[in-house]
Amino acid sequence: MYFLKRIIFALPLLLAISFLTFFLVRVAPGGPFDRERKPASPEIERQLQAKYHLDEPVWKQYLRFLGDLSHGDLGPSLKYRNHSVNDIIGQALPVSLTLGGLAFGLALGVGIPIGYQSAVRRGRWQDYAGSLFAILMVCIPPFVLGPFLILLLGIKCHLLPVALWESPAHTVLPVIALGLYYSGRIARLMREGMLGVMQAEFITTARAKGLDEHTVLLRHGFRLAVIPVVSYCGPLLADLLTGSFVIESIFQIPGLGTFLVNGSLNRDYTLVVGLVLLYAVLLIALNLLVDFACALLDRRVRYA
Amino acid sequence: MPESPNSPGQRAWSRFRRHRLALPSAIALALLLLVVVLAPILLHLAAGSQIALRFDPERLSDAQFQPPSAAHWFGTDVHGRDLFARVLFGAGVSLLVGLVGAGVSLVIGVVWGAVAGYAGGRLDALMMRFVDVLYSLPSIILVIVLITTLEGLLKSTLEKIHAPWLNDSARLLFLFVGLGSVSWLNMARIVRGQVLSLRSRAFVDASRAMGAGPIHILSRHIIPNTLGVVIVYVTLTIPAIILYESFLSYLGLGVQPPMASWGSLIAEGADQINPIRTYWWLVACPGTILVATLLAFNCLGDGLRDAWDVRSK
Amino acid sequence: MAFTSAAFCGFLLLILTGCARPEPQADLVIANGGEPESLDPAIVTSYADMRVTKALFEGLLHLDGIDGRPVPGLASHWETSPDKTIYTFHLRSNLLWSTGEPITAEDVYFSWKRALDPATASDYAGQLFYIRKAEEFYTGTVKDFNEVGIRVLDPLTFQVELNSPLAFFLDLCCFPTLAVVPRKTIQTGGDLWVSERPLPSSGPYCLVYWRLNDRIRLRKNPAYWDASRTRSELIDILPTGSPNVALNLYETGIADIVWDKDLVPTELLDVLKLRPDFHTFNYLGTYFYRFNVTHKPLDDPRIRRAFALATDRERIVHKLTQGGEKPAHQFVPSGVANYTPPAGLPFAPIRARELLAAAGYPGGRDFPTLQFTFFSSAGGAAKLQGKIAIELQQMWRENLGVRIELRQIERKIFYNAQSRLDYEICASSWVGDYNDANTFLDLYLANSGNNRTGWKNPRYDDLIHRANAQTDIPARAALLRQAETLLVEEDVPVVPIFFYAGFNCFDPKKVGGLHQNLLDEHPLQDLYRITPGGGRKPGE
Repeated sequence: MYFLKRIIFALPLLLAISFLTFFLVRVAPGGPFDRERKPASPEIERQLQAKYHLDEPVWKQYLRFLGDLSHGDLGPSLKYRNHSVNDIIGQALPVSLTLGGLAFGLALGVGIPIGYQSAVRRGRWQDYAGSLFAILMVCIPPFVLGPFLILLLGIKCHLLPVALWESPAHTVLPVIALGLYYSGRIARLMREGMLGVMQAEFITTARAKGLDEHTVLLRHGFRLAVIPVVSYCGPLLADLLTGSFVIESIFQIPGLGTFLVNGSLNRDYTLVVGLVLLYAVLLIALNLLVDFACALLDRRVRYA
Repeated sequence: MPESPNSPGQRAWSRFRRHRLALPSAIALALLLLVVVLAPILLHLAAGSQIALRFDPERLSDAQFQPPSAAHWFGTDVHGRDLFARVLFGAGVSLLVGLVGAGVSLVIGVVWGAVAGYAGGRLDALMMRFVDVLYSLPSIILVIVLITTLEGLLKSTLEKIHAPWLNDSARLLFLFVGLGSVSWLNMARIVRGQVLSLRSRAFVDASRAMGAGPIHILSRHIIPNTLGVVIVYVTLTIPAIILYESFLSYLGLGVQPPMASWGSLIAEGADQINPIRTYWWLVACPGTILVATLLAFNCLGDGLRDAWDVRSK
Repeated sequence: MAFTSAAFCGFLLLILTGCARPEPQADLVIANGGEPESLDPAIVTSYADMRVTKALFEGLLHLDGIDGRPVPGLASHWETSPDKTIYTFHLRSNLLWSTGEPITAEDVYFSWKRALDPATASDYAGQLFYIRKAEEFYTGTVKDFNEVGIRVLDPLTFQVELNSPLAFFLDLCCFPTLAVVPRKTIQTGGDLWVSERPLPSSGPYCLVYWRLNDRIRLRKNPAYWDASRTRSELIDILPTGSPNVALNLYETGIADIVWDKDLVPTELLDVLKLRPDFHTFNYLGTYFYRFNVTHKPLDDPRIRRAFALATDRERIVHKLTQGGEKPAHQFVPSGVANYTPPAGLPFAPIRARELLAAAGYPGGRDFPTLQFTFFSSAGGAAKLQGKIAIELQQMWRENLGVRIELRQIERKIFYNAQSRLDYEICASSWVGDYNDANTFLDLYLANSGNNRTGWKNPRYDDLIHRANAQTDIPARAALLRQAETLLVEEDVPVVPIFFYAGFNCFDPKKVGGLHQNLLDEHPLQDLYRITPGGGRKPGE
């Protein structure tokens, strides 16, 4: 029931987000047609504005946008003038889903075991090594790790391609550079969650009953310990699936992140609104999923 | 426990001290802060002297791209400026940005998440959807709009009160506002997740049965129990914000040249990684300093967590 | 934990199986600059986009690849009337679209009319305003398009009537805005017509696919009138956003050619310059700074001259740009056809201080703190802007004793502020559209949207107008020279810093047909790979 309500509530929420974004991009100084060179006559500029209805009042533009949206049309891009926003999303979304999904998998696959080990072996070398790795990953941003990996594995060792998005081999470096960065964060959160659970009463009781500690931790502790990680995963996955500007520009990958950042910089109003809507849909859906997962993991969680 | 401590504060202190790395980290961070605060003052006092010239981060010279040496500990950059001096003076901006962002996420994020999680129902839905909306808005546009409108407003008021020299510090302030406004959202979400699980635990029920009000329960029972996760997330927020600042600078919204920050120094250095010739010190030196500082923050966080953890015996 | 690793493995499998796209290798792969905004010749504005567009759609003339001069394209020959205002073009008789239909004068008429149609909203519609009644039609004072000075005389003859003689009209005929585009496809496809397949092309190549931010693939157009001279069958264009990516692609052999001046890392130029596969040449572009002459005390030409005299161009060129850029003392780059620029103002700090003192600020005392505005590195200008600003700040402090504050803003805000004259001094650059001094000097006409300095001088406007109506080449050059003297020596609303250098990266043992010229013009038709076989691709 609660979740059904949330789904129904999502529609007005998306409307609010689209309106705010629509308004916000137009408030930002500078417009899509402010460039280094101006057309030869102010009349040409006026025509450009008129062609994309930018000379109309904002509410009218918004109504027009909603009208188009009801047919599933997000409008033409103002920067890439031979493409519609639907077309751009259609081309770039699969790439971002692949890259983001793989990086997410890597981040969890590396972060959770390291965090778990660090907590269970607290104060021993495994903890120090794990924590050092996690903190290094947190501090070394993808824009340093990416070029470094390219130099080492791509150029010096000739092992992997340095850029572009063609074969499975092309995915390896960007996924590592993106995934490791988040694995550090997940490892830290996992370690903390685990430390919290290890002090809980039921673990102590189980231990007192003489049950094997590892089995207890894995079977009962893990479900609770993973909650902070799960809460973090909703927005993280939404971020990753809608592209990463830095990684995409370092590896020349045709994903959504570049379009969002360049769209914002170019004041490509329609493209930005379209991408934000896509992002919002993903975010709302994933956060719903996260809340659902939390209720499954910890039966004491109640939302109503 | 061997010793029998008297007050909670003393108990916390003794636990803090027992943590092997927490105390040295705290001392190192304090020293760093001291140097960061004192360096500009000393430079100003010694203006004109040899030492001041040596550590002036804005002095250009023809010694471009010198590797680290006795004269330039961290080498020099494209303008022949001493990188050590730039890292030293960039520390101020970066630490301030990181700490302010952490502070915002600590105060707003924790309270927001705790209230939403504890209240549940309609209020929870409303508060968390607000977070969703803010989180969905494109951060670049948000920051551009925020900074340019605020800047326009402030510039005219500053001119009115004849204090245009405040302009530089005002920009820094906008940077804090811009970064702060987006830094607390994930914290709120994580805290809410924890609180949802905590609020139906036995000790909370017991407290409620004894007639404790929601503020008491939140501040005495629930928030202290989330402290571990909160501290960890804060230590994750600090580097994220320091690095995000470099992205804003890249957009022209962060610190203005010739000023430096760690984030922008690292970003500039990373740009130099290429197959033909790499000026490694441009990324390695500021990078190492950032990693070392954050290691210290993490150890300190770990120590604090132990010290205040209500669950540990 | 098990479920995450399972999910991870599942994902990996999905990728490994779903990703393979077997495709023939291109003969040449070119790293070209940012993702094209468009491939519609009426819409494109950036140089990188035009390079691709020109291969798809040809005009009456095109530029040759050796020295960038206009040579016959779709038109084989033409006549001009005695007063040089009427041009009659004769199309070749063997012209075909890549889809097989003939190209006629009607297509030329349609293409030019479309570029002039306000509904097309072409940025460069102004290139056609030299035609009789064209501007009036655009602004709506003339309703009937038949009054505009273009006519189809017969299927192979096309006539243009200009407002007045125009020395560079044939250069304009090479410009993409005036290229010939397919009428039927545009009528059915609307604004998104470039996505229609097959896309008829009038140039030496046709479009195989265009994947955003990924790759544009071009195949030789066998129906092109000069197809026998087309050297390569398949050419791939990689949109490349940053110099580092371009360098990595080039060094690993994925890209054969890197040909955009913004795609070369400036810090490495001192090393690259010495390599045999690195080619540098003079380029039709100027880096300069503008004064807002409506802002006190910059309204005083003596102060503007003082800044110009205190600018050490050599230092910027040697310390920062390093790619063989020439210090600029004039606005029109050296090497522009039929023109000799004036001497301009030298670097003379003593004279600069004298001028500043004469204007009432001896030693820079009481001189207000001015802001030097430039756009941030996200604007794509390879971070050079900020570096130049830092050097200028120091130069003016040392040579004039004035304090300059740097203001770095986002690119769109910058252009907006520049047009609204919301700046004091700002960094700027200009690249010529065609090989004539007018493409630089007409910026500073009083009514030009690109003036952006607030500077107006009726004498200057008069000189430019007289020069462009002048058909005698030396007399015209003299008038333009007088105008430029006013611009860079007397009134100084702008101070040139350096002329851009163009860069091409390619191994001359591997790639042929690529010549360096002032316009950075390299028709794709001329390019070929010397050793047979495709490009090496690591990871395959």
